[in-house]
Amino acid sequence: MKEGKKQTANPFDMPQKKMGWCPGCGNYRILDALKGALHESGIDRRELVIVSGIGQAAKTPQYVNANMFNGLHGRALPAALGVKLARPDLVVVAESGDGCMYGEGGNHFLHAIRRNADITVIVHNNMVYGLTKGQASPTSMVGMTTPVQVEGVMLEPFNPLAVALSLGAPFVARASAGDGDQTKDIFKQALAFKGVSVVDVFQPCVVFNKLNTYKWFSEHTFYLDSSHDVTDRTQAIRISLDSERLALGVLYRHEGRETYEELLGAEPAALGEQRLADDELQEVINSFR
Amino acid sequence: MLHQDDISLVFGGAAGQGIQTIADALVTVLKNNGYAVFSCQEFMSRVRGGSNSSQIRITSERRNAYVRKIDLLFVLDAEALDHLRWRIGEGTTIFAEHDQLGEEDRGRVIDTPLKEFAQKAGHPVYTNSVAVGAVLGVLGLGLEEFNDYLSREFESKGEEVVGRNHDAARLGYEFGVKSAREHHIDITLPTAAEDPASLLLDGTSGLGIGALMAGCGVVSSYPMSPSTGLLTFLAARGRRFGIVVDQAEDEIAAVNAALGASYAGARSLVTTSGGGFALMSEGVSLAGVTELPLVIHIGQRPGPATGLPTRTEQGDLNLALHAGHGDFCRVLLAPGTPAQAIKLMQRAFDIAESYQVPVFVLTDQFMLDSVSMLGDEEIVRLPLQRRVVKTGSDYERYRFTDDGISPRGVPGYGEGIVKVDSHEHDESGHLTENFTIRRKMVGKRLQRLGSLEQEAVPPERIGSDDAAALVVCWGSTRGVVEEALDILQDDNIAALHFSQVFPLHTGLGGMLEGKQVIVLENNATGQFADLLHAVTGRQADRRILKATGEPFAVEEVVEALKGGVAS
Repeated sequence: MKEGKKQTANPFDMPQKKMGWCPGCGNYRILDALKGALHESGIDRRELVIVSGIGQAAKTPQYVNANMFNGLHGRALPAALGVKLARPDLVVVAESGDGCMYGEGGNHFLHAIRRNADITVIVHNNMVYGLTKGQASPTSMVGMTTPVQVEGVMLEPFNPLAVALSLGAPFVARASAGDGDQTKDIFKQALAFKGVSVVDVFQPCVVFNKLNTYKWFSEHTFYLDSSHDVTDRTQAIRISLDSERLALGVLYRHEGRETYEELLGAEPAALGEQRLADDELQEVINSFR
Repeated sequence: MLHQDDISLVFGGAAGQGIQTIADALVTVLKNNGYAVFSCQEFMSRVRGGSNSSQIRITSERRNAYVRKIDLLFVLDAEALDHLRWRIGEGTTIFAEHDQLGEEDRGRVIDTPLKEFAQKAGHPVYTNSVAVGAVLGVLGLGLEEFNDYLSREFESKGEEVVGRNHDAARLGYEFGVKSAREHHIDITLPTAAEDPASLLLDGTSGLGIGALMAGCGVVSSYPMSPSTGLLTFLAARGRRFGIVVDQAEDEIAAVNAALGASYAGARSLVTTSGGGFALMSEGVSLAGVTELPLVIHIGQRPGPATGLPTRTEQGDLNLALHAGHGDFCRVLLAPGTPAQAIKLMQRAFDIAESYQVPVFVLTDQFMLDSVSMLGDEEIVRLPLQRRVVKTGSDYERYRFTDDGISPRGVPGYGEGIVKVDSHEHDESGHLTENFTIRRKMVGKRLQRLGSLEQEAVPPERIGSDDAAALVVCWGSTRGVVEEALDILQDDNIAALHFSQVFPLHTGLGGMLEGKQVIVLENNATGQFADLLHAVTGRQADRRILKATGEPFAVEEVVEALKGGVAS
């Protein structure tokens, strides 16, 4: 698949002047998979909000013909939550890179999972900081040298899948940007899932990460097959902890949990001039007599 | 001992001992007896122990300020007596259990066996009812209103509990009557001229009622004293009034969630204090560039950093004024009374939505926790006007307009799509680095400042137009300045109270012309005096400042103003 390749009659396509990504970037393939998944899922682009943070991955909604909240670095998840609380009827996707979601926004990642609002979380995981030019990310492999980590990365990589599973995320998957069809299929499952769905997507950074290339990813990954029981959380955690053979596909799904917005009883925000009834207001005031 | 016109009752004790319960009951009972009352609290940052106090004032007219003097002091332990010793004067009558006190204090204190009476009524838990009964006895008031109050409060706990509370109140009351007689405590209360149906409202509840009136839809916040009360007020009423209340993992999440909700069409609110707000700064900047309405309540407390968590200060004006990188417009409101809190909270939501800017409501611990009296006529309900448009298929969120304000569409309402962006963006909301568009967008965002100045709430003048000196104050210091001026009865001193502190009203320069300007604020440097200087070019002739963590007392303001401009 070539960058910028048009899929016919996809309403999420935009007539794009210029893309901000480098030639060969894994982001193009993730973008195509996302637009394909959105279209094939029958989602109305006017009922969809894609919320992102900052970074190259976070530019994704700039290239999708749908509602967009391109917010601050690290803050995609709280903004996405706000959208969902005000408009639980909208489809909400939060999309950003590993630095944004796991580094700057790490605390939000933990608590977004605990809340379990119906948000599809897509993380482009290229294991490096691209936009700031090649420093280590939370998922960089130990030993990778960078202009800052001159002696090599010393920190243990953040394991998003294990963290998500341990916090009780009801849908946890991993995709690989190089595999367009499989990624699209995983996105479709995540979009259809009610509750928070976490999809970590391996994404080669052709400029700054010479270690984790398309080739490296294809050599180190494998797809879970039908023998994997997606309802077995313990098994999913075991798989997520394997850093040698990296599993792709849906590791875990647990249907039926109530979402945060359901538990809160959130209703679509009133947009008209709905005044609080005089008698209801008076009752509140009277309680202070 | 003779007291009149203005009675100050103070209750001191450790956290968890129930002094707040006593004060809450008493202030309601006094109000129901027709008296003008006011109450305020000062407390330490701990869950149990320490030394806290509550003041209740019974005044000849409605007041909204703290006084240092104490007429009747009830202390529940020796530490409370030490804590309040500096405020004890010759006219102070002190009640406490002698066995709680050191030998040296006993002679000065009327032995008040609260626990013994409570035990007699059935259990130490009835101590609070004994105490309120004792106060009513000392004051020479009847017990009926308090008995009614207890019946209402404990109705759900059954007749026995109500009965035992009544017994406890009676035991305390009889003791109070006897003590007043034996110790010649002769109290003349001010005339009970108030309507017993008046409201008793603290600043927090004023803000909450304002937020309900304004149709607040989402509040996301992280608890922080003294701002948490607004969060709990709305949480208690959220289900009923359709307000979604989210306790965020941190203040950064709170402000971003509020902006997400605002983008989606809800009127949204965050409530925090200085330290929490510091974390929200980038979110304020995001509100600025995305042109999303947002209301930010900052309940101020003394900093820097953790400072004095439960105390009061007006030290975050500069923070609110300057927080957030880049140039964009904002509005800062500062209610001085619960009635103003109701009105200005509605105004905050309205301005935020009309002008698509962040609006701050600045309060402080003193204002939030103080209970004052108001009549129904003081409660103003502003028209509620939403300004969300249904989008057409060619909708662009940042369309250039004559006044710089683009029609506000929200996702999922109309045929269009709505793109908002923290980057500089073009009219469609997509990021751009085009310098021409950048120039126009900067102008668009700042253009509304002119209208915001025109629409600013003008300062309220207290006293004569002709006075040579003007005491300039803002926010919570309104009550103390007003009372000090009433006491001074000096035609040459008037006051200007600002309930909007930014932008300042365009006509302001004229109001200060030819006047001696004394700025009074509850902070260390005179942040508002500096702002006034920056905006009007007018230096304050004198600054009266206080940054101890306490509110101004009426006595010290009177003392400070006696000297006029010179001192």
